Amino acid sequence: MNKQLHELTIGEVHAGYMSKDFTCVNLVKHFLNRIEKYNHKLNIYLALNEKALQQAAEVDKEIAEKGITRELLGIPMAIKDNFLTVGMSTTASSNILKGYMPQFESTVTSKLLAAGAIFLGKTNMDSFAHGSSTETSDFGPTLNPWNTDKLPGGSSGGSAAAITAGLATAALGSETAGSIRQPAAWCGVTGFKPSYGRASRYGCIAMASSTDSPGPIGRNIKDCAIITKVIAGKDPYDGTTTPASVENYPSFLDKKDLKGIKIALVKEYMLKEMRDDVKQLITDAVTKFKELGAEVEEISLMDPKYAIGVYTVIQRSEVSSNLSRFDGIRFGHTRDQFCQETKRRVMLGTYTLSAGYYDAFYKKALAVRTRIVSEFEEVFKTYDAVMGAVSPGPALSVGASKNQPMFGEMEDVLLEQSSIAGLTSAGVPCGFVDGLPIGLQITCDQLQETKALMIADCYQQNTNFNLFPDLDKSL
Amino acid sequence: MKITPMIGLEVHVELETKSKMFCGCPADHFGREPNTATCPVCLGLPGALPVANQKAIESCMKIGLALNCSINRLSKFDRKQYFYPDLAKGYQISQYDEPFCSDGSVTLESGKIIGVERVHQEEDTGKLQHTVLNGEKVSLVDYNRSGVPLVEIVSRPDMSSSAEAKEYLKKVHEIIHAIGVSSADMDKGQMRLEPTVNVKIETDIGVHYTPLAEIKNINSFNFVAQAIEFEVKRQVEEFEKTGIEKSSTNKTTRGYDSVKKITFLQRTKEEAKDYRYFPEPDIPPFVVEGDLVERIRKELPLLPDQVIAELESLGIQNKYAKIIFANEKLLALIYSFRSDSEVELPKFASALANKKINPDSDVKQQYLAMTKVGNTDKVELKKIISGIIEANPNIVAEYKKGKTSVSGFFVGQAMKQTRGTADPKTLNDLVSEALLDI
Repeated sequence: MNKQLHELTIGEVHAGYMSKDFTCVNLVKHFLNRIEKYNHKLNIYLALNEKALQQAAEVDKEIAEKGITRELLGIPMAIKDNFLTVGMSTTASSNILKGYMPQFESTVTSKLLAAGAIFLGKTNMDSFAHGSSTETSDFGPTLNPWNTDKLPGGSSGGSAAAITAGLATAALGSETAGSIRQPAAWCGVTGFKPSYGRASRYGCIAMASSTDSPGPIGRNIKDCAIITKVIAGKDPYDGTTTPASVENYPSFLDKKDLKGIKIALVKEYMLKEMRDDVKQLITDAVTKFKELGAEVEEISLMDPKYAIGVYTVIQRSEVSSNLSRFDGIRFGHTRDQFCQETKRRVMLGTYTLSAGYYDAFYKKALAVRTRIVSEFEEVFKTYDAVMGAVSPGPALSVGASKNQPMFGEMEDVLLEQSSIAGLTSAGVPCGFVDGLPIGLQITCDQLQETKALMIADCYQQNTNFNLFPDLDKSL
Repeated sequence: MKITPMIGLEVHVELETKSKMFCGCPADHFGREPNTATCPVCLGLPGALPVANQKAIESCMKIGLALNCSINRLSKFDRKQYFYPDLAKGYQISQYDEPFCSDGSVTLESGKIIGVERVHQEEDTGKLQHTVLNGEKVSLVDYNRSGVPLVEIVSRPDMSSSAEAKEYLKKVHEIIHAIGVSSADMDKGQMRLEPTVNVKIETDIGVHYTPLAEIKNINSFNFVAQAIEFEVKRQVEEFEKTGIEKSSTNKTTRGYDSVKKITFLQRTKEEAKDYRYFPEPDIPPFVVEGDLVERIRKELPLLPDQVIAELESLGIQNKYAKIIFANEKLLALIYSFRSDSEVELPKFASALANKKINPDSDVKQQYLAMTKVGNTDKVELKKIISGIIEANPNIVAEYKKGKTSVSGFFVGQAMKQTRGTADPKTLNDLVSEALLDI
């Protein structure tokens, strides 16, 4: 098995460094060459780190002196453009922040840097994370490396596509409701959403504050586990982070089977409009879980359409408030620079919070949110995990989100419940339809990252869907 | 026609905590170079998040407890949204429907109780400076004050005169001062006052209420009193002219012009802001746990009314107790001589209050000199007195005719003979006795 440098996982990169098969400078140069070659076709990176090679040289020196003592030492990463990175412009893919140079480093990127990661650059996303396609980006959509007629999903579409295209070893994304798992599914890579409050939001440009969750996208679950361990933990700068201790996630992986694990398959998540071949892949996954020793039972939960309503009201309300700091006085650009989708969200959110409407919308949404949370609490008394498809189907074509104000919500119909309940969830590839990847979600209770990672890892190691396209053929 | 003003007061107090409400910047913003006490949080930069200052919350609760409020077990922060260039985030973090403290009271001298509806925590805004720069009129923003902790104290509309409003404010000011959470310096804008006024008018036909008017941002107790007086008069006149009564839609916001001594219309309800309050998602709700309230209560010093009551229990007259309470130096003196057997506190207090003792030099010496007990040897004094009586038969005769005031003459003479060493009270008593015997 002769893997090319861009196909290596974190563990394989470290093995290569230790056996001196290649240096960090070799690896970073390899990625920069690929970015040079493919980025203009895919529109994944918005800005590159000019110091990447210099930092790689320092890593090589450190390895020569001390070996690999840091978890992400010399790992080239792609960072979603809503994380503030000192020295690299941060725009959240919005013209209103075009050219914005952050004054401070986000907590999670600080932690990645402290663990030795090298940032290659900032990746494209839906503007202010408003969307599930990257089509709302003010800097043009990212294209799906499997098929450039298709969308990569979003909002972390750039980060997911960077892994598919072999333009970084690992990536950082963020999920408000599906923004990690959905693009990971459409791009056929692995994404992991930690529980709300597990990883700090400090320095992540806010979308919906009550559900924003930073998380990794990688070549497999193990890489996601390594990164999650690095970015997780209580942050004195984010009052909503949990003080719960962070486990050594990677050490719980490599389980041979899933004996004793009870998984719930949610009947309502097998949507009527879902294609039969997609349903078949989920049924296959159920079979695989049973083969691995898990018990799988069908259960019934609230119709996903209610989660859409709740999420839409809460998210738009928070968005309208969070974006008020972009008042046109500071940051160099005026409010007309907000894209259409952002303007729509600000207007809807302003409406739902207005006097006389608050009770009918926001308050009611909070009440239903509480219902959804308690419904999951009940499920997790019996089951270790809930499984289902990530998305109703494979990647849609470029242009699909145009004139579809509820596009994101329809594509994330199976993800919004777990997001508004603050749960943790892994997204792993579970097969292909029409040559495009389909994703499976394994969702566990709040703070049960270890369990979600362990189940997803066992599934991934016993299936063969973790494939990557040959760009020279697909582009 | 009977007219009863109905006055409620909103008082904003800036806390003197070390750091700001939601970040680590220093809270003391006076006299600082503009924008030198700022950070991403109080500048409202993208990605910054607020973290609540525990000390400030405890100060807010202290104010609540001192105003007899109950501390709510559950509370949360909310976002109050409006646009203004000095409001960095486009919203102020405040408390809407679940404040830290509610249902308190302040008792006036008359015994009247003024209800305190709530005491809640919020943050201050930045400050605009309108100035001329290079010949151009500009508005500059100084964010040093942005995020400084503010506590808002909202009374019920229980006051019915400007005098009551003023007394309530003085009491609140004294209490804030006494518990040490803020110097509440009016000149520095550390205490800002907003009365809401309307008038109950009783006529032969029935009872009428005039529309509410909220008078914004006044910074002196006297101006509050003047504004209320003007407003009451204006509202009665307006009612007589138009007959318009209070409704849910006709509350107005007015300003106060302290030069012209008038209030003026700022905006009507139709133009009123819709603040679109909603729960602040960046700060988890608060659950008051364990002994927090009891711990804060224990930290409270004696409050003004309690101090005065304590002074009275030491035998000090109420009027002197108030004077002494109002002067920290005098109060400290009283407490320092509390267990000194040579000092009679009531006498000492009266002397201090009447400025007969200079608190800046040796007070004990002054007190002792003042109250020195003279010669009380009754045998010796009696001898002297009878000698004077014998030597002044004509004055004795006058006394016998009924001119009792001459007793002073004998006391004076006796004092003279003892060269002032006689104890005045003893001497007085002995002279009275001697005169009765003749």
